[in-house]
Amino acid sequence: MQISEAWLREYVNPAITTEQLVEQLTMAGLEVDSVTPAAAVFSGVVVGEVLAMEQHPDADRLRVCKVAVGEAEPLQIVCGASNVRVGLKIPAALISAVLPGDFKIKKSKLRGVESFGMLCSEKELGLAADANGLMELAADAPVGVDIRDYLSLNDNIIEVDLTPNRADCLSVEGIAREVAVLNKLDWSVTQIETASINHADTLPVSVKATDACPRYLGRLIKGVNPKAETPLWMQERLRRSGVRSLSAVVDVTNYVLIELGQPLHAFDAAKLSGGINVRYAQADESVALLNGQTIKLDNETLVIADDKQALALAGVMGGSESAVTDDTQDVFLECAFFTPLSIAGKARNYGLHTDSSHRFERGVDPTLQERAIERATQLIVDIAGGSIGAITEVTTASTLPQRSAVLLRKLRLEKTLGIALENEQIIDIFQRLGMSVQTQTDGWSVTPPGCRFDIAIEADLIEEIARIVGYNNLPSSSLLMRSELSKATETLLDLDRAKDLLVDRGYQEAITYSFVDEEIQQAVAPDDDVVRLKNPISADLAVMRTTLWCGLLKAALHNTNRQQNRVRFFETGLRFTNKDGNTQQQKMLSGLALGSAYSEQWGSATRKVDFFDVKADVQALFSLTGTDVQFVPAKHPALHPGQTAEILSQQGDKIGWLGMLHPTLEKQLGFDTQIFLFELDQDLLLNKQIPKFKSLSKYPSVRRDIALIVKEEVSVSEIINCIKGSAEPTLQDIVVFDVYRGKGVEDGSKSVALSLIIQDFSQTLTDSQIDAIFSGLLETLTTNISAKLRD
Amino acid sequence: MSATLEEILAQALNQLRDAQDLNQLDLVRVHYLGKKGLFTLQMKQLGALDPDQRRAAGQVINQAKDQFQQQLEAKKDLLQGAALEARLASEGIDVTLPGRGQTIAGLHPVTTTLRRISKIFAGVGFQVVEGPEIEDDYHNFEALNIPAHHPARAMHDTFYFDAHTVLRTHTSPVQIRVMESEKPPLKVIAPGRVYRCDSDITHTPMFHQVEGFLVDTDVSFADLKGVVYEFLRAFFEKDIQVRFRPSYFPFTEPSAEVDIECVMCGGEGCRVCSHTGWLEVMGCGMIHPEVFKSVNIDSEIYSGFAFGMGVERLAMLRYGINDLRLFFENDLKFLEQFS
Repeated sequence: MQISEAWLREYVNPAITTEQLVEQLTMAGLEVDSVTPAAAVFSGVVVGEVLAMEQHPDADRLRVCKVAVGEAEPLQIVCGASNVRVGLKIPAALISAVLPGDFKIKKSKLRGVESFGMLCSEKELGLAADANGLMELAADAPVGVDIRDYLSLNDNIIEVDLTPNRADCLSVEGIAREVAVLNKLDWSVTQIETASINHADTLPVSVKATDACPRYLGRLIKGVNPKAETPLWMQERLRRSGVRSLSAVVDVTNYVLIELGQPLHAFDAAKLSGGINVRYAQADESVALLNGQTIKLDNETLVIADDKQALALAGVMGGSESAVTDDTQDVFLECAFFTPLSIAGKARNYGLHTDSSHRFERGVDPTLQERAIERATQLIVDIAGGSIGAITEVTTASTLPQRSAVLLRKLRLEKTLGIALENEQIIDIFQRLGMSVQTQTDGWSVTPPGCRFDIAIEADLIEEIARIVGYNNLPSSSLLMRSELSKATETLLDLDRAKDLLVDRGYQEAITYSFVDEEIQQAVAPDDDVVRLKNPISADLAVMRTTLWCGLLKAALHNTNRQQNRVRFFETGLRFTNKDGNTQQQKMLSGLALGSAYSEQWGSATRKVDFFDVKADVQALFSLTGTDVQFVPAKHPALHPGQTAEILSQQGDKIGWLGMLHPTLEKQLGFDTQIFLFELDQDLLLNKQIPKFKSLSKYPSVRRDIALIVKEEVSVSEIINCIKGSAEPTLQDIVVFDVYRGKGVEDGSKSVALSLIIQDFSQTLTDSQIDAIFSGLLETLTTNISAKLRD
Repeated sequence: MSATLEEILAQALNQLRDAQDLNQLDLVRVHYLGKKGLFTLQMKQLGALDPDQRRAAGQVINQAKDQFQQQLEAKKDLLQGAALEARLASEGIDVTLPGRGQTIAGLHPVTTTLRRISKIFAGVGFQVVEGPEIEDDYHNFEALNIPAHHPARAMHDTFYFDAHTVLRTHTSPVQIRVMESEKPPLKVIAPGRVYRCDSDITHTPMFHQVEGFLVDTDVSFADLKGVVYEFLRAFFEKDIQVRFRPSYFPFTEPSAEVDIECVMCGGEGCRVCSHTGWLEVMGCGMIHPEVFKSVNIDSEIYSGFAFGMGVERLAMLRYGINDLRLFFENDLKFLEQFS
């Protein structure tokens, strides 16, 4: 909402500066976005009148004018505008005037003829972006008066960003009411007289949709002058409100909209067949709108129709066929109240947003229509003449919004705001806000005015008091809260700990969008059923990620494209999948590593990160919770088939994946280096066992190293599981310290060197006992996985 | 005849003096004090003497031996000191060379900011709760007193999956989810990702919010003001000016917008604060009775406040970041500045 400060001050004029006024509005909840001068800076321009005009002797397009400027003698001014004529009143810039852009007017000669000033267009005064000839002033403009005073250009345009609850402030009157309350001043309501009726013609009005249109007022004004010009003062006020001047009748409807907050519509009565019908659109009905768009309507859309067809989208926009034009002489003026619910969302559904729909969907005062139609009538007739018909009114009282009294308990007010106020102050605030107040035993019964759609419950009244008193004048207290001891859940690892571990191991945290490019998503996880946005912001952010790898890979690429050759990222967040028609949202922790294993450093050779570097990082995460997991060779569409492990819990729950990005994908995505990825289910990862004490053995432990020859396809974890599976009670630990292939080991086999730590709880083990344990273990290994002891 | 004790001692002391290192010194020690050492032999020869002579002769030998031993210890200290000096001299390194091993990375500035916010509130017993990001219309809008067609929905630029499923536009649905399942008193903060269908220089389609709320008997607007003041001062670690402006959110009444004095210019007016001297940092208010109604909490008994703030905005102000989009580009050159 944009209004002229001068216009506002005609209603209420507190003795405060513009700055203070703006601050006051902002602090009352009517946030001022900007204050801009109504006109650019210029000086020395007065109202002039062209008294005489002659052709320039040496230039076809120039005229030599005698211009009255309120001085003793008229000035000689050379002018090239096509609309210059005798009797015309125009802005005249005098010698030493300064026009916008610091353009100084000096005495000059144009093709040999002296010129003592300049006649100005709107563009030259900075009042319009474009102009077609001189700015034409009204015939009664007083010659010699400074144009800034005449046009009240010493004004500011105040732009207020209104919250959707404050529809009552979508007008100059509405904001004036607020300013008056804030300054404890009275304000003058627009004086409107009831027009006297000149003719007996009316149009029949039938309202079928009485729920959506509780009140409809119509009036026929005949014989208006279609060529009438909108007076400058009105054009200026419209301009300062951000509305373009179109034609007298339309300008008046827009003016009343800004002045009172009531949208009106003018139809060309000659183009209507029969009467006016307010009804819902029929299936397949369409309407051609003023903006040139033709829209197909649905049967929940309210329209204004004549006996033949839909004419306008009620409360949103008029139709082109019934619009007033340069030839319109008979105007049918509509002034209605449409309920917010009947208009809400309609404009948006059709991709429209108008000053009218903006107001109706937030709530127009349902008691305003008669005042508004009388005001518009008065202005139309003043500007363009015409004879006035009677108002046709169709009101359905039962569907009109009723403002019910709301009870405010003094105690509740004080409890909510933490402050005690004088009864008189409270009553005064409500009354100035236009509410009627009845004092009750424990508080007040307050009835809001028609324009306040936002006052329905006690809390709303409390807010009004708080707002007018000023939030910053209300007390602030140090919170005394019931306190409980905090929780310290030990069965759940704090995610922050896992993040810190990764940071300490060189992984930088990334945050990537949850919606990703479907192409990457498809490449990385072709088997996942994606959740698709209906209205993505762009095609490359159209589906929800089913793996965090999508974003991490993109982030890594962003960096490798910027000369970063070592990237380690991790991210935490949700993955989204469709499962049996339900959306699953699963918390994940994912990581990516590419480039050298360590950042370049002296004294050790640089090598690339490999599977086992990243596996160590993943294992470190699991050691935070003491969880025993298995890395099982597996296949994943995004990963190298020989370097992929699925991570399972001991119970077989799928915790996640670890592996090298498939070389094909690596190339497809634009990388030229190996990339390792992991992704873990947070819930499974963070599950923690509370440690349970086991007693310590007093007897020495023994370490024995063995080298086993096994077939290539036997994994180390199978060997370890086999040893553990023997349930040897003295076995404490197994360490893999070498894997060897080559000389001495036949092709297709490998040698795995392990060291086993054994310890008994009741005795020191003798050599023969140890030998017995080992031969037992070897037997198991030979039986289960055909392992042989290496010679 | 073997050498006299005097001669042995003189020779021994000479040899001590000449010893160059600890090995030589040890050879000298063995030569005189070992099992077959010269002093040892002298002692053994005592047995051949008369008992009355033996004692005096023994004393003389012991005196010589003691003298030798004292000198030996002194020489040993000297040589050990010298050996240590030599070792230290040989082991010198250039301590200005950089250290080796894995380098430490950092958390995203959004996480760092969230952690600080959580820490400030956790200190007074707020618990951290998370909620789903794909949310139903009911929790994101209806239960928060934003019915279909409410003009406030237009402010939200919602991403839809279908008519009833959205990407949450704020963290406020967590408020509903907590109040549905738990009874007051409640003190909760809910950080997380939120989504709006809007992208330009000052908007990214995804960003982070922290929702906080407190429900108990007798919670007042004054308590809300107190908490917000204290939080902002704790967050910026500065006694900054804070102001409350009336605003509108369907789920709070009264509602307020909170401004702080511009941290860039100290309230003088600059580009960041659009020359107003103030920066909008959060929205808040007293929980709307309709919201309580939708979760079956009696608003005659309980009252509460809620607040919500944009995490990126706070991080930008705290660290002087001037472009919102940097948060999600994940450029290491950006992220590493916050390690």
